[in-house]
Amino acid sequence: MTERFSPPNSDRFAEIYPPMTEQEAVVEANRCLYCYDAPCLQACPTHIDIPTFIRKIATGNLRGSAKTILEANFLGGTCARVCPVEELCEGACVLGKDHEPIQIGRLQRHAVDFVQLKGIEVFQAGPPNGMKVAVVGSGPAGISTAAELAKRGYAVTLFEKRDLAGGLSTYGIIVLREPVEVAQREVESLKHLGVDIRTGYELTSREGLDALLTEFDAVFLGLGLGAVPAMGMPNEEHALDGIELIEKSKFDLSSIHVGDRVAVIGAGNTAVDAATVARRLGRDVTMVYRRGESEMTAYRHEYEFALLEGIKYEFYTQPIGIEVENGRVTGLKCIKVALGEPDASGRPAPVLVAGSEFVIPCDSVVKAVGQEKPALATELGLAVHKGYIEVDDDLRTSLANVYAGGDCVRVRGNATTVMATQDGKIAARAIHGDLQAKLQAAISAAGV
Amino acid sequence: MADLSIDFAGIRSPNPFWLASAPPSNSGAQIIKAFEAGWGGAVWKTIGAPVLNISNRYGGLSMYGQRLVGLNNMELISDRPIEVNLREIAEVKRLFPDRAVIVSAMVESDPRVWADIVRRIEDTGADGIELNYGCPHGMSERGMGSAVGQVPEYCEQITQWVTSVASIPVIVKLTPNITNITHPARAAVAGGANALSLINTINSVINVDLDTFELVPSVGGYGSHGGYAGPAVKPIALHMLSEVAKTQEVIRAGLPISGMGGIQTWRDAAEFLLLGASSLQVCTAVMHYGFRIIDDLTDGLSNWLDDKGFKSVRDVVGMSLPRVSAFGDFDLSYRAVARIDHDKCIQCNLCYVACNDTAHQCIDLYNPDGIRVEPGYDERLNGKGVVSTRPKPVVREDDCVGCALCYNVCPVENCIEMVSVPSGRDSVTWKQLSVNQPAVTQDWAEMEKYREKVGIDIH
Ligand SMILES: Cc1cc2nc3c(=O)[nH]c(=O)nc-3n(C[C@H](O)[C@H](O)[C@H](O)COP(=O)(O)OP(=O)(O)OC[C@H]3O[C@@H](n4cnc5c(N)ncnc54)[C@H](O)[C@@H]3O)c2cc1C
Ligand SMILES: Cc1cc2nc3c(=O)[nH]c(=O)nc-3n(C[C@H](O)[C@H](O)[C@H](O)COP(=O)(O)O)c2cc1C
Ligand code: SF4
Ligand code: SF4
Ligand code: SF4
Repeated sequence: MTERFSPPNSDRFAEIYPPMTEQEAVVEANRCLYCYDAPCLQACPTHIDIPTFIRKIATGNLRGSAKTILEANFLGGTCARVCPVEELCEGACVLGKDHEPIQIGRLQRHAVDFVQLKGIEVFQAGPPNGMKVAVVGSGPAGISTAAELAKRGYAVTLFEKRDLAGGLSTYGIIVLREPVEVAQREVESLKHLGVDIRTGYELTSREGLDALLTEFDAVFLGLGLGAVPAMGMPNEEHALDGIELIEKSKFDLSSIHVGDRVAVIGAGNTAVDAATVARRLGRDVTMVYRRGESEMTAYRHEYEFALLEGIKYEFYTQPIGIEVENGRVTGLKCIKVALGEPDASGRPAPVLVAGSEFVIPCDSVVKAVGQEKPALATELGLAVHKGYIEVDDDLRTSLANVYAGGDCVRVRGNATTVMATQDGKIAARAIHGDLQAKLQAAISAAGV
Repeated sequence: MADLSIDFAGIRSPNPFWLASAPPSNSGAQIIKAFEAGWGGAVWKTIGAPVLNISNRYGGLSMYGQRLVGLNNMELISDRPIEVNLREIAEVKRLFPDRAVIVSAMVESDPRVWADIVRRIEDTGADGIELNYGCPHGMSERGMGSAVGQVPEYCEQITQWVTSVASIPVIVKLTPNITNITHPARAAVAGGANALSLINTINSVINVDLDTFELVPSVGGYGSHGGYAGPAVKPIALHMLSEVAKTQEVIRAGLPISGMGGIQTWRDAAEFLLLGASSLQVCTAVMHYGFRIIDDLTDGLSNWLDDKGFKSVRDVVGMSLPRVSAFGDFDLSYRAVARIDHDKCIQCNLCYVACNDTAHQCIDLYNPDGIRVEPGYDERLNGKGVVSTRPKPVVREDDCVGCALCYNVCPVENCIEMVSVPSGRDSVTWKQLSVNQPAVTQDWAEMEKYREKVGIDIH
């Protein structure tokens, strides 16, 4: 591998959006109309009272603003950076109708960063209620659940198999969007609420789950999803895992070994992120996708971002194998795809065009075609639906006292941090309600 | 192109815009720069007795990120020796014979001292004298400025001293720090003034610093009231202007009025003209943006006059004065209701909350299916698609009292219109009611009967 790339330019791996200055934030906040029954508030999956938090920025009450945000969304700092705001809050802002919507995400970041950088904790643990809950997985879903329960007085233990807590916020979101420190600040706030965080612990079996159920009154599973799945093409073992590439870019740029010309397979948001990493390292990057621009799963703004980054696209192209010479990747073999009749998803089914094989010359191939479903679910004896853990509206699983949320249950809709955070709120509410009901039942039974 | 030139009590200037007596007109060099930029005239920063200024002097009012909506000052009159000022005044007038150069003055209340300064001002070739009866700070403690302006007798007396010796026009500048500004205005007329100008600054405490607990501006930790000016004072200035312009004594004496207080754009200027000002003075806006604003002031005013078909500034002066009425003369049967243009509405629902919380509860929310709904949202729905389920505000016109609150809160231009609708009642004013049916105006039971009879239903 030619180690050609110059020492990473740290500017190329800094957050894309600079923080707002005080004056910038106040001017922007004053642009907000303070709508009543505001559409932005409803559009936010965690239903943050946006007009109120923005008004508090306008009046210089940043601590109050942050509290308004964090009350509805404990991961307000992460969400402010990673939310697809164009599809959510900002997409619904009434000012978007004829001009620019309010920059809700950046304002949210302004307020939350203020308290976090000053070390102000806006919540305290609730008075202990004597009950214990285990949360497995420390991604946004797990953190949100743990925080909501700790605020209600539960003794919460958070188990995480990796070294650092935070899930994909820590390991999966490129630093252009969210630096590791930001995710870690949220973990710190969780510690402040008295949550016992045990990293390096992996739940692997039904026995493990049963053990937790004996020790704890309820268990929440926020397992997220797995690695990039296998595509089943020749020489696939030579491809790099997109999520791993991103992880390396967050912790040690020098551990990344990609060649000069990189082909990225996939066209979702993860693929865009992986491609962005390679591009920011100065590589020539082509994304290979079997459908067209209009069928891409990446958000429109992500696609446009990629184009601005100088990432190239090869549409209607299905990779069918990696070309390797002397152990080195030399190209990605592809076949052209035509659009056929609509398939089950309602999108035109891709049809391979016989004889249209061609090779995209490259020296690295990065796979970023989604994440594996939570295989552990069946192992634990949980009912699954399309590979995801099956849950009811209140996020109860098929097992008593076991709840789940976040990406591992997301059969429909987009897997986003803010949805996982909302799941944490719903699950905590359900756990609290169920446990209180049981307690009441026990009390009245004892009374009889 | 409309003619912008004016003749104000015999003082001519190529356009109606003068620098008000204040920091922008503090020196010859500044005024030369202003005249080069196109200002029609300048009222020289007040000259008079020796003073010492303090720092800090200014306190600014910021609102919603907009700086200097109001400016408060504790500045005194010119702190440059009177001889220097007089020399520069003569020089400026010599260089710019076509511009109005008016000298503001303030000296101790002694007829000989006044006679002396009037003579020295006239010697410079200046076009007029403005008597500063406004300075609320420092000078009033010495028996000058607002100490004079607030007492009509002193006002008349000093004006009389000056007009009896002056051969150039004398403008009396009124202080707003008084309950009824027409009293000193009448006193000025009685004292023989040739013109009036208003308003000087309004007493104010502009800010308290939330960290230090000190008043702003702070002089070594202590503060005091200062004079308030800038865009925020315009409504007060317009009110006082219309009061003075409608005062019989002022009209009979034919005194022109130089209007000021919050003029920042040509639009403000046009409003002052319509309410009776025939020359305009500007201070804070110049302090904020510099002399260059004269370009838009003259250009905008001229274009507006052209658009409206007027040939000169003179043609619009006082045109809105006949519309200044009194409560007792309003038609009590006039009825307006709010109407929302749903194509323009962006559904911020500010009209809804304003009407419901603080007006007459006559706006309802309807969902896209046309069903009346309460505010609120379904927790399960999110994303920008929620816009399609958003309720829109609808006015129940029968219940609308026409208060125009919704109209005033709506952020979209011309989205809510206050439309005039027939009330079905004969016109009547309060004055007529008081004369013709006095019982109705004095007794609630009679009033209720009257309302029932003419069909006034109050919700
Ligand atoms: C590359 C990439 C980019 C993304 N970009 C965005 C974005 O810009 N905006 C956005 O909103 N969303 C983005 N997402 C999605 C977002 O990161 C996820 O939706 C969110 O992190 C889901 O949270 P979670 O808590 O469900 O799972 P995760 O964040 O995946 O966390 C699961 C945690 O559980 C731990 N765990 C798993 N199994 C076990 C076990 N058996 N025992 C112990 N611990 C276990 C994992 O180590 C992990 O820490 C992105 C995802 C990827 C992959
Ligand atoms: C800093 C400052 C100093 C002033 N000094 C004087 C003065 O010396 N004499 C005077 O007659 N008016 C003085 N004024 C009042 C202005 O002439 C004018 O009446 C007032 O500022 C209102 O106009 P504006 O709103 O355009 O500023 C001063 C105003 C300011 C802001
Ligand atoms: S959490 Fe996300 S969607 Fe909600 S307001 Fe903040 S940035 Fe918008
Ligand atoms: S919709 Fe836009 S303007 Fe209205 S409250 Fe929300 S952010 Fe502010
Ligand atoms: S205030 Fe205006 S824009 Fe807002 S909902 Fe009412 S009518 Fe529509």
